[in-house]
Amino acid sequence: MKILVPIKRVVDYNVKVRPKADESGVDLNNVKMAINPFCEIAVEEAVRLKEGGTATEIIAVTVGSSASQEQLRTALALGADRAILVETDIEVEPLAIAKLLKGVVEKESPDLVILGKQAIDGDNNQTSQMLAALTGYAQATFASELKIEGEKALVTREVDGGLQTISVNLPCIVSTDLRLNEPRYASLPNIMKAKQKPLDVIEAGSLGVDIEPRNKTLKVSPPPVREAGIIVETVDDLVDKLKNEAKVIT
Amino acid sequence: MSILVIAEHDNEEIKASTNNVVTAATNLEGDIHVLVAGSNCSGAKDQAAKISGVAKVLVADSPEYEHCLAENIADLIVAISADYSYILSPATTNGKNYMPRVSALLDVAQISDITAIESSDTFERPIYAGNCIATVQNSDSKKVITVRTTAFDAAQNDGSAEVVDLQESHNLGISEFIKEEIAESDRPELTSADVIISGGRGMQNGDNFKILESVADKLGAAIGASRAAVDSGFVPNDYQVGQTGKIVAPNLYIAVGISGAIQHLAGMKDSKVIVAINKDEDAPIFQVADYGLVADLFTAVPELDAKL
Repeated sequence: MKILVPIKRVVDYNVKVRPKADESGVDLNNVKMAINPFCEIAVEEAVRLKEGGTATEIIAVTVGSSASQEQLRTALALGADRAILVETDIEVEPLAIAKLLKGVVEKESPDLVILGKQAIDGDNNQTSQMLAALTGYAQATFASELKIEGEKALVTREVDGGLQTISVNLPCIVSTDLRLNEPRYASLPNIMKAKQKPLDVIEAGSLGVDIEPRNKTLKVSPPPVREAGIIVETVDDLVDKLKNEAKVIT
Repeated sequence: MSILVIAEHDNEEIKASTNNVVTAATNLEGDIHVLVAGSNCSGAKDQAAKISGVAKVLVADSPEYEHCLAENIADLIVAISADYSYILSPATTNGKNYMPRVSALLDVAQISDITAIESSDTFERPIYAGNCIATVQNSDSKKVITVRTTAFDAAQNDGSAEVVDLQESHNLGISEFIKEEIAESDRPELTSADVIISGGRGMQNGDNFKILESVADKLGAAIGASRAAVDSGFVPNDYQVGQTGKIVAPNLYIAVGISGAIQHLAGMKDSKVIVAINKDEDAPIFQVADYGLVADLFTAVPELDAKL
C-alpha cells in the first residue's frame, strides 16, 4: 500500500501571532516555522502503518515556497520515504491546494491519503474534503482511529456528540484529529538520513490547474481585547459577585 | 437568488445551531430556504418550518441521508444549488465535513467559520486561533460559508414556512455508517448552554470531574474540558472546548484547573462572564477572567457547590 501525506509549513504553535500595525496582514517577521501539528500526526500514522506491515511506501508532499523543503525534511526524518514539493510563491488557498494535490494523486496513485484536519494558521479545515471531492474518493475526516481492512478503511471520527465509526472504500482521504496518535520525535541519525532521501520539486504551473485566489484579505485586525477582571479573595465573594454584580446566577 | 441553509438535526429535532445560521442569513439578500436531509426526519422538518425568517423548507427524507455521510449530502446539495447564491451551514463537525466537499464540487472557495457579515461578499473570520480577525472578500458567484454559531443569536421559532419534499437520491455507495457512540446526557449541549463549567489538567483524573457535576446540576450547566484534560483521558473528546474542539460563548463560563493555553482561550473567550479557579496565580486564564479565585480547586469547588 502506498500512502501520500500532504503537509503544511506553518507558524510554530507556540508563537502568538499578531496583525501588522497597518492591518495589511499577519506579522510573520522572524517567527519560528514548523510542520503543522495535525500534519505531524498524519505522518506518524503513515509511519505506523508501514511499521505494522500495511504500508510499503510513504510520500510526503507539500505546496509552497522552497522554504517548505525544511518541513518535508522533517517528514522524511519521521519516516517518509520520499518527498515532493509543489513549488509556488503565491499564497494558495485550500481549493487551489486540493487541485494541485489532485495532480499529485493522479501521478502517484496512492491507496490512502492522510492529512491534517486543519492548519493552525488559516484554521480553514477544508483541504482534505476538497481533495476527496475532486478525486471522487470517499472521505473520513477528524479521525481518532484508523484500521485498514482489505479494500476498506475503518475510521472512528471525532464528532460533536462523541464518536462515529464509518467504513470507506479505498482509495480514500483521511484527515487526522488530535487523538489519532502521539507523534514521535525525529532521532538525530534519522535527521541525518533524511538529508539523503529523494526530494523532487515540481513547478505548480506544470500541473495545469487554476490556482488564482478567490478570497482577498482586505485587512487583518486584532480581536477585541478582553480586559482582565478582578481577583476575589473567597468563594463567598465570588458567589456574591456572580449574583449581585454580574447577575449571571440567582 | 435565494439563500440555502443546511439544517443541523438528529432527524427528530433541529439543533439550535440551525437557528443561529438563519440569523446570519438574514444579513444577506434573498429568501431563506432550509434543507433538512435525513431519514424519518419529519420531526426535524416540522421544527425547521417554524424557524422565524425561513420562507421554505426543503426535505430530502431517505435512508442514505440518515447519518449525514459527506459524500451523499454534498451531492444532494450540489444537485439543488443552481437557484442559490449563498449556501450556509453551521461550523459543526457535520458542516465542516460536507461543506468543503460542496465547495470543491462547485469549484468555489469556502469561507470558513465566519463571525460577521460586512456586505454581500465580505466577511470576518478568525485565524491563528482567534489571535487575528481577517476581513475577507470573496469573488465567487456562489458563496459557500460555514458560520460560527456563537457569533449570531438564534432565530426565534414563530414562523410557518412552506414545506417542499425533494425527490433526490444521492447514494455514492463509497462510504458506510458503522456505529456511533454518542454520550447520553440530561445536561444542555455545550454549544448552546447558558452556563458551562470546564475542568483542565488540574482536575488530576476523570473521577474528580464528579465535583464539577454537582455544581453543574445546580446551575443547569454543561460540562466542558480543556484539551489537556481530554488528551489525558479524563473525559471524552466531545467535552473539548478550544481552537480545534468546540467554540462556546455562554453567559457564564467557569474554568476550573485550566491554565488558559491560547488554543483553549480561542474556544471560550467570547463568553459573557468568565470565572477562573486555579491555584497558580500566574496562570494566563486570569488575564481573561472577570472573576479570578486563586485557590485549590479541591476545596474551592465543593465550597462553591455548598453555597449555591
